[in-house]
Amino acid sequence: MLSRRRIIQLGLISFPAIHPIARAPAANRDTNDSELASPPTRPFAAELPVMPIAQSVPSLDPPSQPDPVSGEAPRASHQRWHDFLPKMFYDIHQMEAQHSFHPDLPLNTIWGFNGIFPGPTFHARYGEPIVVRFHNDLPTNHVGFGIPQTTTHLHNGHTPSESDGFPADFFDSGLFKDNHYPNTLAGGDPRETLGTLWYHDHRVDFTAQNSYRGLVGFYLLFDDQDSGDELDHNPRAFRLPSGEFDIPLVFADKRFTRDGELLFNPFNLEGFIGDKFTVNGVIQPFLKVARRKYRFRLLDAGPSRFYEFLLSSGQPFILIANDGNLLPNPLTVQSARLGVANRMDVIIDFSNYRIGDQLFLVNRLAQQDGTGPTGELLNPGTPILRFDVDRDAPDHSQVPSTLRPLPDIDLSQVVRTRRWVFGDDNGGWTVNGKFFNVNEVRAAPQQGTAEIWVLQNDGGDWSHPIHIHMEEFQILSRNGQPPPPHEVSRKDVVILGPDDEVRVFIRFRDFLGRYPTHCHNLVHEDHAMMFRWDVVP
Amino acid sequence: MTRRTLLASFLLAPFASVFSRQRAWGDTTSPRAGPRAGYFPNVVLRTHENKPVRFYEDLIKGKMVLINFMYAKCEGLCPRQTANLVQVQKALGDRIGRDIFMYSLTLKPEQDTPEVLRHYANSHGVKPGWLFLTGKPQDIETLRRKLGFVNSNPAGTETTRSILVWSCTATKPWTGGPHARR
Repeated sequence: MLSRRRIIQLGLISFPAIHPIARAPAANRDTNDSELASPPTRPFAAELPVMPIAQSVPSLDPPSQPDPVSGEAPRASHQRWHDFLPKMFYDIHQMEAQHSFHPDLPLNTIWGFNGIFPGPTFHARYGEPIVVRFHNDLPTNHVGFGIPQTTTHLHNGHTPSESDGFPADFFDSGLFKDNHYPNTLAGGDPRETLGTLWYHDHRVDFTAQNSYRGLVGFYLLFDDQDSGDELDHNPRAFRLPSGEFDIPLVFADKRFTRDGELLFNPFNLEGFIGDKFTVNGVIQPFLKVARRKYRFRLLDAGPSRFYEFLLSSGQPFILIANDGNLLPNPLTVQSARLGVANRMDVIIDFSNYRIGDQLFLVNRLAQQDGTGPTGELLNPGTPILRFDVDRDAPDHSQVPSTLRPLPDIDLSQVVRTRRWVFGDDNGGWTVNGKFFNVNEVRAAPQQGTAEIWVLQNDGGDWSHPIHIHMEEFQILSRNGQPPPPHEVSRKDVVILGPDDEVRVFIRFRDFLGRYPTHCHNLVHEDHAMMFRWDVVP
Repeated sequence: MTRRTLLASFLLAPFASVFSRQRAWGDTTSPRAGPRAGYFPNVVLRTHENKPVRFYEDLIKGKMVLINFMYAKCEGLCPRQTANLVQVQKALGDRIGRDIFMYSLTLKPEQDTPEVLRHYANSHGVKPGWLFLTGKPQDIETLRRKLGFVNSNPAGTETTRSILVWSCTATKPWTGGPHARR
């Protein structure tokens, strides 16, 4: 297994040696969905959509209050409402709509925030608390996969429990719920600044189906340094590529019936792998780019696929953020590996290409089922997004050599160590041998303390991307070794390859209440690889 | 013990929520044909009362169902599973057979004739509304795969998953969960 670990360790920063692990060929496996091949689609036939920016509204009717208002789903009272009085309001409707995944396919019924997949991109700022009113307007006579009950989670948000989209806090069509996002620094520490977040449905048992149906979107957080303005005169501003040159990219693999209808297999409890690669909702799109620097925010929205991205031209990425958090210093990497829910912000500079040049973002990672990547790196791999260099444009952006320093790891604050073993039992997915029970509090860390959590994979040759809500963590060690350079970062999703053991340092600040930790292979998550923990006073 | 806590202790807590909250979204106008219409084969099975039934038309179409696989001579997980499901049937009372239907399909149709299954059901105190089913081996195998009772982890030795799948009518979202060991 050492070679496998090495692959995971080296996955991002180099091309690892190829050590396919021993396993049954896909054809012999029981839950292969590959007999359900999608119809052909011409690659690069449609332009990459860029999601609209969510627009605030002057007020909500009825106005949002600490306690639920008329028409709102049941919830606990907003904690620390008066500390973070909302300054901006958003009114978002989860709706069924028709969507084109590709011009060669018929329109498909999707569920989207404001009826679009992906949903609108939030541009939020530190110091500006907001309330987002999520209306569940999904059809109650819906047929097929997806359940019209929702609970929206802001992934990586430092969010009070009652606004976090706890899996059991789902509510029915016809109701709405106000999520209060304080947009505040964990512990008031500017080194805890978040950047690339996303939001998605988290309905217990049905997160894979509902998010695959389209309930995902980006939420970007800006501050006075990562200000979203490459012309910013503030001397502290990073002036990273901004505006139309700062593009979020959400990757979601899909599968379609012979007639071109979106397909999901709810009877596959191991992981659903699509054979069509969508970027921002469109299969294999193209993007016209100018000869200058861009910031791309890569997100793997699942349900179960891992990616390893690289550029067909051989040009490296400049990696600036892991899981949405700006690194202490940019890293030059040949490829970027993402598990479900991981984010990687990269800078690509197109200034060395000529107008008319084309290059591709390629996925090289082989994966046949929910087990995880096979370990094989495909050559040449699958081109997923084509960049067409078509113009010049001024470039006032820069990539500073110093970005965001890491918060201190003060081990003297650690009050206990907990071990979480991710495995399988009896057809389902377990943590420490148990299935998820929304009513069972598996850990009750005290507010203001720190702990070491040991995340261990004990599940044969499975890979599990493990996500902890509310607080980010830093990796102390991966299999007894210091983490590789790209993982020297704050993180919220860590990939556990087979037999991996990762020790993390985590603190519990600012908010109380219940939160989950779970595998972000959405199919594993839905079949019980999750546990609840409560922050207590 | 309430129905909710009983279910929660038997399976996953959210399982209970599917049924307790079903009414809110389960009222339907006439269903539209989904992309997987025809997914479930309409194969003919035989009940433990030796009646022929069509899987899709008679057993699942328009019904809220719970399905598991078992076999009569299984000495591993099945007895506990069946005992747990007997508790579920008790907890749900007369809803079973009226608006929720329970089906246990044999994995060993050659051994489990209707007579064997009838004896099994009687010895476990199974009440009406819960059918034990057998059929042609090929049909059973098709259903096993279609319903996801499979395990592809080559490290494992199981050929099937010890799970329960359920849906609030065949056209509603299906999901499944593992049996908790108790």
